[in-house]
Amino acid sequence: MPSTSCATGPARRRFSDSRVSADLRAARRRLLLDSAGIAASAIGFALVFGLAARDAGYSLLEACAMSVIAFAGAAQFAAVGYVAAGLPWLPIIVLTFFLNARHLLYSASLAPRLRRVSFLQRAAMAHVLTDEAFALAATHFHRVGRVDVPGYWIGAVLAVFIPWNLATIAGYLLGSAIPDPAVLGLDIVFPAAMAGLAVGLMTGRREIVAAGAGAAIGVVASLLLGPSVGIVVGGLVGPLVGMAMPAPAHDAAPGVGAHAHADELHPMSSVPLGHVNLDEAIDEADADSHLDAVTPKPPMPFGTFDVEKALEESDEDTRTEGRE
Amino acid sequence: MSTDLVLLAVLMGAVTYPSRALPMLAPGIERLPPRALLYLRLVGPAVLASIAASQTLVHTSNAGVPQIVIGPEVLGVLVCMAIVWWRRNLFLGLLAGVFLVALLRVAGIG
Repeated sequence: MPSTSCATGPARRRFSDSRVSADLRAARRRLLLDSAGIAASAIGFALVFGLAARDAGYSLLEACAMSVIAFAGAAQFAAVGYVAAGLPWLPIIVLTFFLNARHLLYSASLAPRLRRVSFLQRAAMAHVLTDEAFALAATHFHRVGRVDVPGYWIGAVLAVFIPWNLATIAGYLLGSAIPDPAVLGLDIVFPAAMAGLAVGLMTGRREIVAAGAGAAIGVVASLLLGPSVGIVVGGLVGPLVGMAMPAPAHDAAPGVGAHAHADELHPMSSVPLGHVNLDEAIDEADADSHLDAVTPKPPMPFGTFDVEKALEESDEDTRTEGRE
Repeated sequence: MSTDLVLLAVLMGAVTYPSRALPMLAPGIERLPPRALLYLRLVGPAVLASIAASQTLVHTSNAGVPQIVIGPEVLGVLVCMAIVWWRRNLFLGLLAGVFLVALLRVAGIG
């Protein structure tokens, strides 16, 4: 009934806007909680870096410059060792390049989602792109089903950049009063956080296979070529194994009208927009809204597609039906 | 106060920034073919799993040779993953993992 659809369209839109907003707030709360664990890891290691830098003869300004400008944990630690050993700068710079080459993967993976963000902002985002920032951003974007720029800054700056730099200063000033992070078990925070965030991204068969293959190949390559190379090899080859898996049955179905290219619009969504029945999704969300107060549930009822775009297209369809 | 190494920090930043920025700033990244976009979508789980597995299982010996070591860290990471999968709560998983590893180390295991 077109007239009914027209009448409910704006109301549905308002409902869904508030729903999306509530979901976004819930997702950001989870992001903050996830960030707390990452920040603890960053603080632990930056304290040690500050201490190591002081022992290697860095001034406080030089230690801070490393953490602000280079902002690359493994390379900073390597540089401390090489500077202390009196090595020339060239090998340090070459090593830094290779140690950080994996950031190409992170940047390329996030790039399709950030295409609508301004050039200057992307340029600034790139400086704070680290393992942890990528992990938090990828999981958060996946959770909310679209780009959330403030969410990126929360993960990259609040969880990593600020704690890393403050702890560098603290480590430098406090010196040997700092306990070894391994004694407190903090040395496992980083790998455990990476594993936990990977779990959050395993939403389909291909993602699970890519993660399993990435882990296995990463370990083997680390044994053969060293961990810094092995991680990159796992990250490069794992997705190819995931892609070799047959597509889910619904992906093989013909595209649905204007939504046929939804995969291109939402490259990190596990459920293409074209295969979502919007009316059913909204009805389910309506039913969910009565249960949310009592049912603990991951805040991602719309986490697999872009709700705003879907609603715009739905309203457009509804108006077209009304005119017909 | 010495400032010599500030220049080294700048040079290290200069060789790090392009790998962080080039794909993000490249024009037309959204016009990649669907297969390429699918590949990029799968990079996230693959590289995070690769980091986690390598950091947990592979340790470099004093002689500089990488080798597999199964220690309490493996248990800590698995517990963290299980809790994240079950409760969707990373912080809780990390707390449990860290607590378990610290406990095992105090007990002299690992």
